[in-house]
Amino acid sequence: MRAPLLAELRERRRALLPPPLLGCAVLSCVLAIGGPPLVSSAAESADESAVFGELLELLAERRHDHVTFTEVQQLAILDRPLHSSGELLYDAPDRLEKRTLEPRREDLLLEHGMLSVERDHHRRSVALSDFPQAVPLVESLRATLAGDRAALVRYFTVQFSGTLARWTLELTPTDATLKRSVQHIVITGETDRIRTVQLRQSDGDTSTLTIGAEVVP
Amino acid sequence: MTRAGMTATLIWALAALIAAIIAIRARYTADLSAFLPRRASATQSLLVEQLREGPAAHLIIAAIAGADAEARAAVSRQMALRLRTNPAVLVIDNGNEAQLERDREFLFGHRYLLSPRVSPQLFTAGGLHAAIGAALDVLASSAGPLVKTLFLRDPTLETLAIIESLDASHARHSAAGVWSSPDGTRALILARTRASGADIDGQQAACAALERSFAESVAALPPARRSALTFSMSGPPVLAVASRATIKSQVWRLSGLSAACIALLLLGVYRSPAVLLLTFVPVASGALAGVAAVALGFSVVHGITLGFGVTLIGESVDYAIYLFIQRSADFRRSVWPTIRLGVLTSICGFAALLPSAFPGLSQLGLYSIAGLAVAALVTRFVLPEWLPRTVRIRDLTAVGSCLERLLARLRVARGALLLIALLAATLLYLHRGVLWSRELNALSPIRATDMQLDEQLRAAAGAPDTGYIVAVAAPDREAALAAADAVGTRLTALVERGVIGGFDSPTRFLPSLAVQEARRRSLPPAAVLRARLDEGLQGLPLTAARLEPFVRDVEQAREAPLLRQADLAGSSLGLVVDALLVEGAAGWSALLPVSARDSADLPGAAIAQVRSAVASAAVGAELLDLKGEADRLYAGYLHEAVQLAFGGFIGIVLLLFVALRSAARVARVVAPLALSVLTVAAAFAALGHALTILHVVGMLLIVAVGSNYALFFDRAGVHPAEGSLPLTLASLLVANLATVIAFGVLAFSSVPVLADLGSTVAPGTLLALLFAAMLAPPVPRTTPQAALR
Repeated sequence: MRAPLLAELRERRRALLPPPLLGCAVLSCVLAIGGPPLVSSAAESADESAVFGELLELLAERRHDHVTFTEVQQLAILDRPLHSSGELLYDAPDRLEKRTLEPRREDLLLEHGMLSVERDHHRRSVALSDFPQAVPLVESLRATLAGDRAALVRYFTVQFSGTLARWTLELTPTDATLKRSVQHIVITGETDRIRTVQLRQSDGDTSTLTIGAEVVP
Repeated sequence: MTRAGMTATLIWALAALIAAIIAIRARYTADLSAFLPRRASATQSLLVEQLREGPAAHLIIAAIAGADAEARAAVSRQMALRLRTNPAVLVIDNGNEAQLERDREFLFGHRYLLSPRVSPQLFTAGGLHAAIGAALDVLASSAGPLVKTLFLRDPTLETLAIIESLDASHARHSAAGVWSSPDGTRALILARTRASGADIDGQQAACAALERSFAESVAALPPARRSALTFSMSGPPVLAVASRATIKSQVWRLSGLSAACIALLLLGVYRSPAVLLLTFVPVASGALAGVAAVALGFSVVHGITLGFGVTLIGESVDYAIYLFIQRSADFRRSVWPTIRLGVLTSICGFAALLPSAFPGLSQLGLYSIAGLAVAALVTRFVLPEWLPRTVRIRDLTAVGSCLERLLARLRVARGALLLIALLAATLLYLHRGVLWSRELNALSPIRATDMQLDEQLRAAAGAPDTGYIVAVAAPDREAALAAADAVGTRLTALVERGVIGGFDSPTRFLPSLAVQEARRRSLPPAAVLRARLDEGLQGLPLTAARLEPFVRDVEQAREAPLLRQADLAGSSLGLVVDALLVEGAAGWSALLPVSARDSADLPGAAIAQVRSAVASAAVGAELLDLKGEADRLYAGYLHEAVQLAFGGFIGIVLLLFVALRSAARVARVVAPLALSVLTVAAAFAALGHALTILHVVGMLLIVAVGSNYALFFDRAGVHPAEGSLPLTLASLLVANLATVIAFGVLAFSSVPVLADLGSTVAPGTLLALLFAAMLAPPVPRTTPQAALR
């Protein structure tokens, strides 16, 4: 005897959940904290290329991070920008967490290829493989941490400038899916610390994430 | 032929004709309803109605496995394309983006009728300020990129409120743009058939359409990508079609096979094709009478009942065997009384099944009673008249004498029976906890492999069996929806308190007209809304002028018609509503499946809370525990079957008392039967095979068939003058072989009920003969004259 297949129908409705939002959302989290994907292919001089390699090694040495952040979003539909703030956590090699505390609590977590978001005590998890649009970003990070440069050039053109003490990276997506939503990502930092991550979307809206003080546990 | 013979033949021919007409005009079915109760509680009948006719009974889950995700997705898309134009399939859903987009658009377009938050309060300046402020927080969160595109038209984010009110503990997985199993190894498709659950031909057409579309879709791929793509499907229509096919083929194949085997045996014994044909006359007459009786007594004949018909061959063929082999000059006086008593004991046993609530059992009872009575009557009144005077049946006296000597030797070892009884009783005692199968599925004609596939696909689709449903009954659709609204409000409170994980309701996509009307009334006119926005947006980072698209949408929603069930037809949201809002014989029912927080089972405390919440709604709603209900159903069947079988056994003993008028003789007849039942049950226990209802029925059959053997031994002991002992023994052996063949064949059936019956009765009757022989009273070596007293 089988019970009715009503649960199947319930399943249908779960599908209505908006899938792309998590993919986009993880972007800033991934880039801000895990260390930028560094590819020297676009480096302009031999000198900069050398600094680049050095920076890559420095960033790869960091195994754990716990910092505060503030984020400012400029949206065309609003007259004034939106502000939010919270904490970022990173554990090598594949755990990243963005805890937004203000104005609304939200916990975004990337762990072992699973992406989950918790809001209002509801946690939702998805496999990253279900969201191919988020894969380039996350994969670029994973590849950076793993030292897999070949995987990085698949998704981004990387422009490096500045010195080890004060550097800027501009990442331009080459991946067609990502290109549709993201114009570029600009990351600035000082030695092995990231300072800002600016994401410019294709519609001109920007979000700027500024890393603050280290959180002492 | 004598005058009496002519009359008997005429009556037989006339009765056969009438029975044939009834049998031809009868309705036959092979669905699962044979296993559903005849006299059901309201709860059970809803369950049964849902299972048989409900929209959920139309759903097929199909899976495409093998090759790579791209190839699977390509096939999934092709199949959906082909099936959309197929008349056998009503709705096809492979989770492609276009379809999800349509669903989202529907929710977005009707958000002011569907969102539970819509109220006059929401559209006050304060309400707007709070809602839009909260929406801005969402905009700043990870959900920002998505809601950004909706924001100017839906600044209170009603669309999100609707989506979030859905039970969203898991997201549906997709791979290469189509619905996929969580592990990503299969592409999934959900199809709803046009045919109703009871229309198995229609279901079969839909199943065939799915299979064909898969084959065509694979063929459309480039040859290099075709390899290793496999298709599987399950769901009620698939299982119903499969079980009908299985029962059909089994009934024909097994009846044919056992008839052929018995024919071969009897041809070897009789050496006369004419006599062989005559042997089957009572069998065929009995089978026909059985079908006709069931057709008259029940509105519909279950295919499985015909399967049990094999059991009839097993016993009714014995009568003719006794007649032909015992060849007594005076059949009527010497053999018939024993057969008559045997038939009566069998009828007594089967009559016990008649009151069963399990239609499969009561039909079996009626079929067997009518069949055996007619077979016996034909053997008694028609067959002797037809037997050509010149016919020569091989004399089995030599074989019988041989058996007689064997019997004498066996009787020496009768002490061993005590040992067997002790051993069997000990085994049964040791296995007493695991003796009975507690799975209702054990009765289902669905093969274990099909069942496993069903479970796999359900798991892949993230759709385990729904265990708990709140059912609301109402005279009409609107009343059902209104009641569902009332219950939903109380269940929402339980979700918020964390008592239950979530619930579904048809009102999520189709609120009652009253609720829709109230929501529509709370939408203010454009001028009023603009003024309130001006006030409400104070302190927020945007001005009312930006929200002009919102004002336009609200204005439109004020004019739009209310949602009706028909508006959802054909959409995948319509599937949900159709399954949860059903029209039954006695009005409309709304179904609200309730899910537990973590596990599949609701804890007892949660069940109590849901029950009291549902009762407090005072709308005639009831929480159904489907799994518990199924368990109770089965426990009821089993309990009943054991009681009925025991009742039948008592009936047989009483009958024997009346007929034999001697406790000692009754004991001698009953002991071997009881012992063989005990031994067979112990064997099953020792082999770890849990007993089902059909084993119980099989044990009743052992007693019914075995009583014939015991009675012949009893007659041989008490009235040695009546018939020749060697011939009696020979006829018993042949009759038993025929029975063992008939049931032995059944034991190899892939339909569990038939296999259970066969594997019980075949060894059981063999043992019954052996034990009856060993316990038979010693035959007095006296002359016939002395025995006449």
